[in-house]
Amino acid sequence: MLQKVYDWIDERVDITPLWRDIADHEVPEHVNPAHHFSAFVYCFGGLTFFVTVIQILSGMFLTMYYVPDIENAWRSVYYLQTEVAHGQIVRGMHHWGASVVIVMLFLHTLRVFFQGAYKKPRELNWMVGVLIFFVMLALGLTGYLLPWDNKAYFATVVTLEIAEGVPVIGEMAKTLLNGDPNIVGAQTLARFFAIHVFFLPAALFALMAIHFIMIRKQGISGPL
Amino acid sequence: MSEKKQQVSRRQFLNYTLTGVGGFMAAGMLAPMVRFAIDPVLQASSGGDMHAVVDVSEITTEPQRFDWTIEQVDAWYTSDVTHSAWVYKDDNDEIVALSPTCKHLGCAVNWAGDPDHPDQFFCPCHEGRYYKDGVNVPNTPPNAALDLFEFEVREGTLYLGNAIERGGDN
Repeated sequence: MLQKVYDWIDERVDITPLWRDIADHEVPEHVNPAHHFSAFVYCFGGLTFFVTVIQILSGMFLTMYYVPDIENAWRSVYYLQTEVAHGQIVRGMHHWGASVVIVMLFLHTLRVFFQGAYKKPRELNWMVGVLIFFVMLALGLTGYLLPWDNKAYFATVVTLEIAEGVPVIGEMAKTLLNGDPNIVGAQTLARFFAIHVFFLPAALFALMAIHFIMIRKQGISGPL
Repeated sequence: MSEKKQQVSRRQFLNYTLTGVGGFMAAGMLAPMVRFAIDPVLQASSGGDMHAVVDVSEITTEPQRFDWTIEQVDAWYTSDVTHSAWVYKDDNDEIVALSPTCKHLGCAVNWAGDPDHPDQFFCPCHEGRYYKDGVNVPNTPPNAALDLFEFEVREGTLYLGNAIERGGDN
């Protein structure tokens, strides 16, 4: 039955080359841990992507309960964590995943750095990777405020203080992030939520697409 | 038509026109959104209202903390917020009203909070210290003096306004 459905679609739209191109390609022996166990270092990029997928999914589900409003944010988080079935798990995935993704990203960066895999012709991909790293840090920063507890609040106060320290544009940058020149409050939470859930993920998807297209186009760097 | 006169080809003309129209449409779409997003930066800051804080007779030469509550309007959310100031009279009998917000990372400082330095302001977070006039003690974390409140005295009552950053580099 499934095969028939597939064939029916494939006959009309020719989808086989599409997924073959994405999923079906040779992995060189030097990056395959089944051949050389030390090749596990090549897994960190894929693991980063895997954890990112977890973050996206768990984040999507969290917004079913979370409310980005200073009166209700904390209560909605408390509710989803204590009253909703598996709430602890879903929030836990997002909470711990946020740290794990940074760790994986860092290990991936170290591997690329120490193997010199960033060298010509892959410099551009390194730069895109650095941008992805910044976007991830920004995601961590904006997500940190959303539970609206004391830790979140004061971490953001300090962050905004740091943004304000930038010469010339500091005060503007702070107001732009904060939504108000002085008050870390209703507008800040709404802004951070929008940035965390729409703007940064959009940037992340675009950068990841470029990152992956480039690695497929250029191929993985050769053995040391 | 001769080749020389034809400085812009039909193809080029259409390209320019389409690019122009496309750019105009993109700009028309983005302009309201960008203006929408940066509105907080462009909004005129509300002038500092003065709030009655304390009777002048209560102010001594020793810094004391005084609190007052204002109605704070944060966009669609209005709430009562308590502000504090460290107030004292200096050697010239002038009132000094210092902001309690540490210039390091924004914790609240206390007068004589550190037993080793009973004549200084002390921030418990990272042990930042300030002299009595609010100037930061060198080689402690803060890199600027405590902000000074605008103040005025009306009928024996001290009114405080906004905390103003002191100019210059510590």
